[in-house]
Amino acid sequence: MYMNNQGRPTRPETDDMTHSETCTGNRALQIEESLIFEGGDMDGTGVDLPKPKGSGNRLGGLERQSNINLPGLAEPEAMRHFVRLSQKNYAIDMGPFPLGSCTMKHNPRLNEKMARLPGFGDIHPLQPVSTVQGALELIYTLATWLKELTGMPAVAMSPKAGAHGELCGMMAIKAALEARGEADTRIRVLAPESAHGTNPATAAQCGFKVDSIPADATGRVDLDAFREKLGPDVAGIMVTNPNTCGLFERDIRAIADAVHEAGGYFYCDGANFNAITGKVRPGDLGIDAMHINLHKTFSTPHGGGGPGSGPTVLSEALAPFAPIPYVVSGKDGFELVEKRTQDEGQSFGRMTAFHGQMGMFVRALSYMLSHGGDGLRQAAEDAVLNANYVLARLKTEMTPAFEGTCMHEALFDDRFLADTGVDTLDFAKAMIDEGYHPMTMYFPLVVHGAMLIEPTESESKQELDRFCDALLSLAKEAKAGKTSKFKAAPVHAPRRRLDETGAARKPVLRWTPPAGDAASLAAE
Amino acid sequence: MTLKFTEDHEWVKIDGDIATVGITAHAAEQLGDVVFVELPETGKSFGQNDDMAVVESVKAASDVYAPISGEILEVNNDIVEAPEKVNEDPAGAAWFVKIKPSDMSELDKLMDEAAYKDFIG
Amino acid sequence: MRYLPLNEIDRAQMREVIGVTDIDELFADVPGKTLNPSLDLPDHQGELQVETILGEMAAKNRAAGAGPFFVGAGAYKHHVPATVDHIIQRSEFLTSYTPYQPEIAQGTLQYLFEFQTQVAALTGMDVANASMYDGSTACAEAALMAKRITKRSRFVMSGGLHPHYASVTRTNSELIGDEVIFAPSAPDGQGGILDLIDDQTSCVIVQTPDIFGNVRDLTPIAEAAHEKGALLIAVVTEIVSLGALKSPGEMGADIVVAEGQSIGVSLNYGGPYVGLFATRQKYVRQMPGRLCGETTDAAGQRGFVLTLSTREQHIRRDKATSNICTNSGLCALAFTVHMSLLGGTGLRQLATLNHEAACDAADALSGIDGVELVNTSFFNEFTMRLPRNAEEVVEDLAKCNIIAGVPGGRLWPDDEEMANLLIVAATECVTPQHIEAFATALKEVL
Repeated sequence: MYMNNQGRPTRPETDDMTHSETCTGNRALQIEESLIFEGGDMDGTGVDLPKPKGSGNRLGGLERQSNINLPGLAEPEAMRHFVRLSQKNYAIDMGPFPLGSCTMKHNPRLNEKMARLPGFGDIHPLQPVSTVQGALELIYTLATWLKELTGMPAVAMSPKAGAHGELCGMMAIKAALEARGEADTRIRVLAPESAHGTNPATAAQCGFKVDSIPADATGRVDLDAFREKLGPDVAGIMVTNPNTCGLFERDIRAIADAVHEAGGYFYCDGANFNAITGKVRPGDLGIDAMHINLHKTFSTPHGGGGPGSGPTVLSEALAPFAPIPYVVSGKDGFELVEKRTQDEGQSFGRMTAFHGQMGMFVRALSYMLSHGGDGLRQAAEDAVLNANYVLARLKTEMTPAFEGTCMHEALFDDRFLADTGVDTLDFAKAMIDEGYHPMTMYFPLVVHGAMLIEPTESESKQELDRFCDALLSLAKEAKAGKTSKFKAAPVHAPRRRLDETGAARKPVLRWTPPAGDAASLAAE
Repeated sequence: MTLKFTEDHEWVKIDGDIATVGITAHAAEQLGDVVFVELPETGKSFGQNDDMAVVESVKAASDVYAPISGEILEVNNDIVEAPEKVNEDPAGAAWFVKIKPSDMSELDKLMDEAAYKDFIG
Repeated sequence: MRYLPLNEIDRAQMREVIGVTDIDELFADVPGKTLNPSLDLPDHQGELQVETILGEMAAKNRAAGAGPFFVGAGAYKHHVPATVDHIIQRSEFLTSYTPYQPEIAQGTLQYLFEFQTQVAALTGMDVANASMYDGSTACAEAALMAKRITKRSRFVMSGGLHPHYASVTRTNSELIGDEVIFAPSAPDGQGGILDLIDDQTSCVIVQTPDIFGNVRDLTPIAEAAHEKGALLIAVVTEIVSLGALKSPGEMGADIVVAEGQSIGVSLNYGGPYVGLFATRQKYVRQMPGRLCGETTDAAGQRGFVLTLSTREQHIRRDKATSNICTNSGLCALAFTVHMSLLGGTGLRQLATLNHEAACDAADALSGIDGVELVNTSFFNEFTMRLPRNAEEVVEDLAKCNIIAGVPGGRLWPDDEEMANLLIVAATECVTPQHIEAFATALKEVL
């Protein structure tokens, strides 16, 4: 017979929760972590480098005299620091990340492996073109896929992110107007009220005036109001399709025809391309330019806010103005056009030092090859199916902003919270305690207290059911008057709600040593 | 002393030939916690409805328009130092600027207190 | 299809809940004839097949680590510690979003705060933002920021500025009618930039070390700019240089933009990289890009949030300081991890090793008949004038598996004067054997 002879208890002995505060502030797997500067060794280093020879100094008399004052951590210290920090983050790999308009889908690890092949990850943008033929082939192949999926004749690969792609498209429009001698007269750009903030910001950065178009009762561009705003001073229109309410602009052909007839161009914001990839080609809808967020539609990781990548497809009318550099296939292999005068085009210039986000190109092509044309269409269908399933299940307790079905994201307003004392922000913060990342809130601006849910195709039915059950329970609790729970939320996250007002009134944007330490550092 | 209001939620109080300008309690409430105020330089002149100052909360940034044309005589640096004062006393201590009006007749285009109350419903 | 969890039974059940029988009913708003186009694309494939296809493409490229490699001019081959790549592949960093919900994004926010602190310390400035796309776009944004501050729209660019940076900045600025004045490109690091500054100048943009590798003293340029009410924008394309050289902040720069790739980020054929952007406290509200700030939570604990976001597009819309939305978060993390390992001490040592490698390479190569070293000063990169077209020489050397540097013709395709110049970088990855192989081969091909 085995005796537990050390008397170690093997069952919990109490359910008393009154002692939930800890001595350290740590909570089991959640470890409080200070800044690397607090207690880090200012003279230490966590790398072993060969000893310099002490020869040569040709720095022109401009040697750094001042201390850099940054600590160097030993490898285990650094590892622990960043692993502990990582455990304070929510991520797609942990659960649904239903941020509407952000397309937080699964990031396949094959993509990461491919991007790290030395032949892609360890090549330099200025080494001889003859030594990077495979890289140019990859860019060319990806461009071919993007053109096929969008039905457009050209694509500018260099934009570094979605907003940079918008800038590319609008610069091409500006250059095309200049070539027509109309840059000084066509100064107005139309954009729906529901547009992403980047649209008006981009148009303004290109020197256009932004004029907003109201939405109609169904959440789409008000076609009559749009037509009234057209005129000889209109440079173009910027429309997101599917739009930010998660709806397909059913008059998109009429919009394209009208803007073209008025002498303007049609910029389509491709942020929501995931809903229609393989299902419909923007080129068949009459657009002139559209950026594609590789980090949304084609699964390259968001990485906590970048890097993105925003290749921009262009129509015949805009293609001659595409930025340099770009890849062409010649008889002796692939070539890189790096010079404005090298071809007959009228390129508007250069958007970035090199060729764009090669690391993201590899990942995106890896994803496309994996999915194939058939899988990309299936992914779009599943994304739309998942969003409509969420819409159908949640509408019993929550209030959809518009009648009918949606595309890849379901939009709710805050009517179901009326008179509960709970607002959209409280509802979102309560989701955190339930283990979910909140949906996009208060966007689009055209819907009061908006909640925009984009599940993507990466969620299984079981996961969606758990998610919907959680939201339905929360909606019922809000209506049942459990207001204080919502106002306090989150209470189980690494931090409670943060004081954004205080942060903005007295901005502290970097660590500074405590006063005593600062004096001793300066004295060194 | 005359008190008038604009549709952009500024108030203007005329005291002799000095117009004191601020934002209304309604505006301050709509903005939420004010975190930043930028005021014009004294001596600068503005036309009626020109952007003159900026007021920001965490989630919104608004231009403040000159309710009346004229030259800036004085600005209230207290609210630059402590923007929370705009929430505390928008109609009083948290005035933004004092203007020397160049055309008093512009006041006729503005609302009186009763009309403004109607306007914000 | 391994990335799609739904099966046909799920799909049928879900359609029933939604109340449709066919998926295309959900696409009813799409103009009929355009729905379900036929696509000339292959069907889905397994991991093995995809690895094979991409592996073959990768194999056609000569990796920097596969032999002697001396290419720089804005991107540099440095060693990246294994820890860096491990950390940035953790799910919680790799697959998270912009930290809009700070309660469950403290990991991202805290490292951004550490990143901002590191960048400010290196550049010698008060504040830095949470990163830009890369150095060149940061440079273009800096010019726009100077315009907002000075309310002037004439930019003066040094001839030592990387021509691609100049081109990006000019593309951005000329489009909206701003005036760009270029000082002539002078490989010896001179050039009369001071005479171009006048009381209409918004900013002066100067790179150090410049594109030819010359170390530039910014102090007199800062003084001349400030005298006319203009700002000095300092550009640093090799951030490791700040381990050896006086920081731009110490020399009077008002804005510092830099390419941060050298610390923690692989070459990646040009991207993704990480742009660094730092400035003086008084200009912070005119900065583009995301900023992370310290605050407290409802329980009084320290935490971090994105702050001063009223500058940004999602609030200001057409009045935003910039249209930037994404930054380069994951590359900023790589920078932060690498910098946390290096510390100031390690960075100084790394910088010294780079400088010594470049000194050795310069001595070995400039001793060859007909080869002239152009620079009087340099950090880890220098320019040589060759007796014949440098692009041809680089091609000849590539055939001997030596990637020799950046020929002038690549950067200034229209300028014959530059055709014989070769810009050579030597980092800690360059060995004495590499230098010897380069020198031997160069003698042969000249």
